[in-house]
Amino acid sequence: MADAFVIETSGLRKHYGPGGQIEALRGLDLHVPPGSIHGFLGRNGAGKTTAIKVLLGMARPTSGEARVFGLAAHVQDASVEIRRRTGFVSDDKDLYDYMTVAEMIRFTSPFFPRWRRDLEERYLRKFELPLDRKVKALSRGMRTKLALLLALCRGAELLILDEPTSGLDPAMTEEVLQALVAHVAGEEMTVFFSSHQIAEVEQIADRVTIIDRGRAVVTGALDDLKESFRRVQLVFEGDAPDATFRTPGVARVRRKGRVLSVLSSAGAEALVDEARRLNPLSVDVAPVTLKEIFLETVTVEE
Amino acid sequence: MLFRTNPSSGVPIYLQLMEQVKHGIETGALRPGEQLPGIRPLAEELVINPNTVAKAYRELEHEGVIELRHGAGAFVSAAVRGKKGTDNLRAGQSIVAAAVEKLRGRGVTDEEIRRLFEAELAGLRTTGGHGG
Repeated sequence: MADAFVIETSGLRKHYGPGGQIEALRGLDLHVPPGSIHGFLGRNGAGKTTAIKVLLGMARPTSGEARVFGLAAHVQDASVEIRRRTGFVSDDKDLYDYMTVAEMIRFTSPFFPRWRRDLEERYLRKFELPLDRKVKALSRGMRTKLALLLALCRGAELLILDEPTSGLDPAMTEEVLQALVAHVAGEEMTVFFSSHQIAEVEQIADRVTIIDRGRAVVTGALDDLKESFRRVQLVFEGDAPDATFRTPGVARVRRKGRVLSVLSSAGAEALVDEARRLNPLSVDVAPVTLKEIFLETVTVEE
Repeated sequence: MLFRTNPSSGVPIYLQLMEQVKHGIETGALRPGEQLPGIRPLAEELVINPNTVAKAYRELEHEGVIELRHGAGAFVSAAVRGKKGTDNLRAGQSIVAAAVEKLRGRGVTDEEIRRLFEAELAGLRTTGGHGG
């Protein structure tokens, strides 16, 4: 198995709880090629954190397989190797509250032989981190920046970030995103980050996977998704017919009064040809945003 | 030349960038031979993925709009669009401007106008007026 993918999972399942009745992952397939910023988008509780834990060998899959750098994540030795080559920022930013910023850096760096002193200095300046302040006295934004610095400086090939901007104000979010973009532009690396913020995924990701109830429902290059998803709206003289479409790629049909709205994941041409046979008054094609794709593909509880 | 991107639009960011470079050339904001910002500084400035900027530049090079000189950066092609093309475009611009103004005068929203243009370009005219 060549390193075609930095992260690859197939049929990943993870069940929790007594009797395993909580199904956090239900056959997750992931393919993350090197050099990408891969957004892992899903609602709260969709399985994002569980998937990340499995990738890092911090949770064992019930079945299926996860490989990072081609190494099997459930094998002890391999997972140590994976964690050595990966910068990870967890959702709760694992830091020691009793240490100062400087101590936290001095404590972390010796674990990583490829620690980048140059980047450490750059990000200390850029993030304006107060060296003498205790971690417990840091603001949420400062905590995030410190955790990010510790992950960025270890000379990792892969960065895994679990909701890196959660709880940050828009200015701080932009700063974190900018640091990520700048870092990726300067170093050969892959970023895999989970988020439920569609806007930030759209802004910096070039690939995206939407996870819903433990399964990938949409995945691909963001540009391709935007170019292939189309909404076709048909207006009829009377009530819209209860039509079904045979054209491949029809993801969703909504009927409301005289309007039939069809979401296609495979362009509009073939669908429009088929739709014309229904004799609509008008046919309208519109591009679809990632937000619409997200809302149309994830489950919404009634 | 100032670039702006709107990540939440349904239009891929690399296409937005390509359009802006072409538009900049058509309006004279970018001149033949002029250097474009580097991939990395532009990605950092716009806070977008560097791969996206690289893709836009690659496509523009493929279309002959810009030249990528190894190690030196991206430059507007010397042989970019002759004067005839520019004149055509300028004429087109005023036709579009007039049409947009007319439509706005009739109370059609910008979003509707955009969709009308898109539908027209995709060859999907309103099928109105059938007897049936």
